[in-house]
Amino acid sequence: MTEFNDAFLTAWQLLAVSDARLSAIVGLSLRVSLVATLVACVVGMPIGALLAVGRFPGRRVLIVLFNGLMGLPPVVVGLLVYLLLSRAGPLGQFGLLFSPEAMIIAQAVLVTPIVAALTRQVVADEWTEYREQLRSLGASRSRAAATLLWDGRFSLSTAALAGFGRAIAEVGAVMIVGGNIDGVTRVMTTTIALETSKGDLPLALALGFILISVVLAINAVAYAVRGWAERRWG
Amino acid sequence: MITRRLFCSALAACGLFAAAASQAQERFITVSSTTSTEQSGLFGHLLPLFEKANGIKVRVVALGTGQALDMARRGDADVVFVHDKAAEEKFIAEGYGVKRQEVMYNDFVVIGPKADPAKAGGRDILEGLRRIAAAKAPFVSRGDKSGTHAAELRYWKAAGVDLDKAKGSWYRDTGSGMGPALNTAASMDAYILADRGTWLSFKNRANLGIVVEGDKRLFNQYGVILVNPAKHPHVKQADGQKFIDWVVATDGQKAIADYKIGGEQLFFPNAKR
Repeated sequence: MTEFNDAFLTAWQLLAVSDARLSAIVGLSLRVSLVATLVACVVGMPIGALLAVGRFPGRRVLIVLFNGLMGLPPVVVGLLVYLLLSRAGPLGQFGLLFSPEAMIIAQAVLVTPIVAALTRQVVADEWTEYREQLRSLGASRSRAAATLLWDGRFSLSTAALAGFGRAIAEVGAVMIVGGNIDGVTRVMTTTIALETSKGDLPLALALGFILISVVLAINAVAYAVRGWAERRWG
Repeated sequence: MITRRLFCSALAACGLFAAAASQAQERFITVSSTTSTEQSGLFGHLLPLFEKANGIKVRVVALGTGQALDMARRGDADVVFVHDKAAEEKFIAEGYGVKRQEVMYNDFVVIGPKADPAKAGGRDILEGLRRIAAAKAPFVSRGDKSGTHAAELRYWKAAGVDLDKAKGSWYRDTGSGMGPALNTAASMDAYILADRGTWLSFKNRANLGIVVEGDKRLFNQYGVILVNPAKHPHVKQADGQKFIDWVVATDGQKAIADYKIGGEQLFFPNAKR
């Protein structure tokens, strides 16, 4: 159990001295995963809403597909994005490999199905409830989807948080497309993997505690904001 | 409706902020290298000196030697800095590299339980491996086509041990980097071939210590190669060459010799001038 004590101690020390390198790594983790989640929401939420209210051939197949893609292995996404962005790959000319942008792309790919699938569920429930009402107002399906998305915005924050949780916790994809370059693409999870492989288990675990705390703090803020917004505008 | 517009513009602002934050450009080269140079802390010592002298940032992607060369073959690196002479010469022969220059060396050591149940200890690497095989003592292999893995396979072959029979029983092929493989060996009380640099900077040693060292055959040469701009036109030829020139010249060589952990020198410069 000495490892756990050491890890707690190390975590407190790192936080107490507010290590500049550590803050840069935490900052990059947050930036990459927040932007990836934002992209995933902008893409995934309309897809989810259209899957919920739409009537078109292949809809059921798409629903199953998006539900299944929630289990996309990060390492596979990493490999696919790596091959796309590599100089020898189709998007190689942009030189995006081993940059934070590449990490954002990989995480966005990983998270979009999660956001889309969860959004579809939320909007589908609303759709059963408000269907007649929306129809009597003569709303088109896409109009209805937009309305229900806006109406369900507080519930949808959970979909965004689930996506964010997946993004900030994964290591397989960012390791491959980012390359874990010191000061450029090194994030919390790749640092933890690196320190583990250097055999510094207490430091690795300490960084793990810090990562969990950051994620908890973000969720707490999101919960508070949601409560405040619901009282104000709900 | 006002709140909706507010919400949307906040989203847009987030996006713009993220895009702006990523626009800062700097002059840099990408070096694909091995876990031994990165995890031993050598690059952490060496690169700031080069960056200060030349104003060029060096971005290191640390992989096994095989993977590092593959990454360069795809054109994703400007310079390779690895340790597997045979693989490096093949890389040059295929036309992916311009020229291989030797930079420094360190040595491999056999790590194992301090009690040395296989009685493999000493200076002779081949005899040590034969004894490990005879005792069927657990041995952890990298199994990841790294330079260390290639060297390990050469030693087994020279020792006349048939690994195919041993796989799955006492010979454990882990397919992982030096650090993870050392972690596995530490938890299994197994023998393992490691480069001295990674071992010296490795912390989770548990019950392990150096068992075999000092054999001339354990010599481990590092080379540096500029990726061929004829194959990959976007290679930063001038800046990459600058890095190579620096690392094989007086300043770089001295910086390599100066890097020590606990008073022990990890890498020995031996570039030909």
